[in-house]
Amino acid sequence: MNEYVYLYRGYEPAASSEEMQKKTAKWMAWLKDLSDKGHLKSFGEPLQPGGKVVKGKKKQVTDGPYAEAKDVVGGYSIIIAKDIDEAVIFSLGCPIFEDGGSVEVRTIGQPGTTDGN
Amino acid sequence: MEIEAHFFRHESGRIVATLTRLFGMRNLALAEDVVQDAFCRAMETWESNGLPRNPSAWLMTTAKNRAMDLLRRERTARAAEPELVRLFESEWTLVPTVDEAFSKDAVIDSQLRMMFSCCHPELAQEGQVALILHILCGFSVKEIAQAFVSSHAAIEKRITRAKQQLAESANLFDLTVPNYQSRLSAVLEALYLLFNEGYHGSSPEAAVRKELCQEAIRLVNILTGHPRLATPSTYALAALMYLNAARLPTRLDGSGNLVTLFYQDRSLWDHQLIADGEALLDLSAAGTEPTKYHLEAAISCTHARASQNEDTDWQLIISLYDMLITIDPSPVILLNRAIAVAQLYGPERGLQEILDISDLERLSSYPFYPATLGEFQLRLGNCLVAKAHFATALSVARNAMERNFLQRRFDACREN
Repeated sequence: MNEYVYLYRGYEPAASSEEMQKKTAKWMAWLKDLSDKGHLKSFGEPLQPGGKVVKGKKKQVTDGPYAEAKDVVGGYSIIIAKDIDEAVIFSLGCPIFEDGGSVEVRTIGQPGTTDGN
Repeated sequence: MEIEAHFFRHESGRIVATLTRLFGMRNLALAEDVVQDAFCRAMETWESNGLPRNPSAWLMTTAKNRAMDLLRRERTARAAEPELVRLFESEWTLVPTVDEAFSKDAVIDSQLRMMFSCCHPELAQEGQVALILHILCGFSVKEIAQAFVSSHAAIEKRITRAKQQLAESANLFDLTVPNYQSRLSAVLEALYLLFNEGYHGSSPEAAVRKELCQEAIRLVNILTGHPRLATPSTYALAALMYLNAARLPTRLDGSGNLVTLFYQDRSLWDHQLIADGEALLDLSAAGTEPTKYHLEAAISCTHARASQNEDTDWQLIISLYDMLITIDPSPVILLNRAIAVAQLYGPERGLQEILDISDLERLSSYPFYPATLGEFQLRLGNCLVAKAHFATALSVARNAMERNFLQRRFDACREN
């Protein structure tokens, strides 16, 4: 078994608090299902938009990230799967796709130490 | 600032039950602290900013935010219900879990589950009732002591013990377990006692007693609103409460004196409650056999339908008592049956019925036993004997209200 991280991009907060509740309930149902099946190492956390970026040798600090909203990482979870294909299959129920967002599936670990490609 | 007198008391039970669902039964005290804290914030904020549009929603939101803060700070089993603790580890699941617990349906569900928890079989019935009053109805120890005419220390001890019992279970009672029906019977019995304490009880405060009845009705209404808990027995108990509550306005006269059914001003009975009670009694008729709630409700309904005492269908009432005796052959019920017999066949037959009660000695400390003998003798014209009976009744009267009532009956003998 290997560990993978899901990076959620394009997470959009709902307009009304009522819709937001529906949305968070969907996320919870999806994550809880993965967890109940033993596919989840950690729920991870959602991330607030905005923040700071520290960059380069000069350690320049800027507000950011300035990517397009759909490219900003809106949260992460840590998955346990046999291989990356299985990790991809587990991601298919993610509510992010309803927002037109994406799930980036990445193998956790040093290059070459896992079956990650 | 204008809020209803019992606003905070009424809100308390809903919020405590909801928070306990999240924090777990062991943390009942924490739930109570959060509620107190929300009340204090409300008082402060409303004092300076005026009342919010929906005070009840304001309180709920305040308690909810406070709960989220707490759960974020303590992402450990210490502050959380064991099965939920993993969901509190992440923001992904914490927020929706708390949101869900505060949804309208979940708030009702938590109150129901708390009601069932309070009726733990290891607790004596007085403990169950005190716990329901304290947790679900928001009564203080002082108010409960007043209602039961008991000492503050005794009630405090009773509640503390009962809470220790509760803390032994991990979470609120699970309404999906197979044995929920036996626990439902215990809940119905506790609500029945709660209502009766208000209706017949010993507290001299009419206001306290009315509130106990109202609370019993509020809680039974939550039961009848639940598809699986709205059994024929539940409907029958609700019917009994509505039909008896309809007569509450006339049970005491303007000076707070007890007025017996025969002398009540029936035009002052609450006819809406009677109609609702009759509808509930119809709904209760689905069962295979009547419970004591069915029979007591039917007796109450028969009284309610008579526009004056003389129109009462005493024959029907006697046959209902006959059925009730097969379920609960207590001497108090036999005494009440004797009163109905006296109404139909005269006081002499009534006296005979009382003499035939086999375990009469169990009534020796019940003031309405000698009082009934007194009434029958008075109607037979035996004033001297009647007076002696009323004197006996006075000597065992349990509170000022009963004493006043019996004194007036004693004095009535003199007039004849």
